[in-house]
Amino acid sequence: MAKAAVGTLYRGKDGMWSWVAHRITGVLVFFFLLVHVLDTALVRVSPEAYNTTIETYMNPVVGLMEIGLVGAVLYHALNGIRIILIDFWSKGPKYQATMLRTIVVIWVLLMIPTAVTMLTRSIQHMTGGA
Amino acid sequence: MSTATEQATTPAPAPQQQTVTFKILRFNPDEDTAPHWQEFQVDVYPTDRVLDALTMIKGEQDGSLTFRRSCGHGICGSDAMRINGRNRLACKTLIKDLNAKKPITVEAIKGLPQEKDLVVDMEPFFQAYREVMPFLITSGHDPSKERIQSIAEREVFDDTTKCIMCAACTTSCPVFWSDGQYFGPQAIVGAHRFIFDSRDEGAATRLEILNSKEGVWRCRTTFNCTEACPRGIQITKAIQEVKRAVINS
Repeated sequence: MAKAAVGTLYRGKDGMWSWVAHRITGVLVFFFLLVHVLDTALVRVSPEAYNTTIETYMNPVVGLMEIGLVGAVLYHALNGIRIILIDFWSKGPKYQATMLRTIVVIWVLLMIPTAVTMLTRSIQHMTGGA
Repeated sequence: MSTATEQATTPAPAPQQQTVTFKILRFNPDEDTAPHWQEFQVDVYPTDRVLDALTMIKGEQDGSLTFRRSCGHGICGSDAMRINGRNRLACKTLIKDLNAKKPITVEAIKGLPQEKDLVVDMEPFFQAYREVMPFLITSGHDPSKERIQSIAEREVFDDTTKCIMCAACTTSCPVFWSDGQYFGPQAIVGAHRFIFDSRDEGAATRLEILNSKEGVWRCRTTFNCTEACPRGIQITKAIQEVKRAVINS
């Protein structure tokens, strides 16, 4: 019997890709929380060690990662609500695709001002502004 | 009027044959260590089915091409395969519904051991179905008349009676690919058909079986099964109904 995984990627529709995105954003948020718990715990080592570590976060790369984090948390939360509705609302499975389109629209609408605000602050910080 | 008459009498253009490339994932357990792609050119009509093309390839080009088919009319559930990346019945998929300008890929369904070409070992799939006890369970004496059921009571599980056990749903499920122990959509559909049958008394037992680690809770609602079902069964909806029945039991 053949065991090697040759063949094409399964061409699932939006339901499958929403699940893939849910998994990826879930793992990303998990790793953020891991780092967050570790760096916050540094304050127990010494406030200086904590300040030094937090200081290394003050750069544009981490700024972009923060925007990514907000995007990941937002998608995971919105899609989580969609999954709860699929689970507990009897018409959830029927409207799952509509609900997915709705959360994507909400995600985009919320991400535009969020990204603009966060980028502006990041640039202001770099240029020594307020 | 005259225009309408002219339109009505104009014969429909005859369908034109076209040469289509089929890219099939071949595997011969006696010779190959891994599956490999092989291309075939076939002259088909847009109204032909993928099954017709496979039959032509087997009959005219390569008799060793192996696939299952029985009725050829979407009822027996033998010829589920992955056509252009999606689980379909070869006998219900018309060439005109695929992009025939590009090669049409045909692979065995995923997640079950590939035995030869498009044939897989269906035993793990049937085993999961047997485990949910897909038969009427009653107690007491045999009834002396019919077991009466209202139209409304029958309607509750009407959708899940349509299953033909082709495995298109179970082998479209990402959870099943990575965890072959998961009962899979089809077994849950099979259980749903009896759990919600007003004449049946085995619902509690079936719900207990499906409340196990490899039961309904493994479903991640990707809707691949619902999309793949050639019978149009709302499978994810049925699984969710079973989930809620487990909670309420």
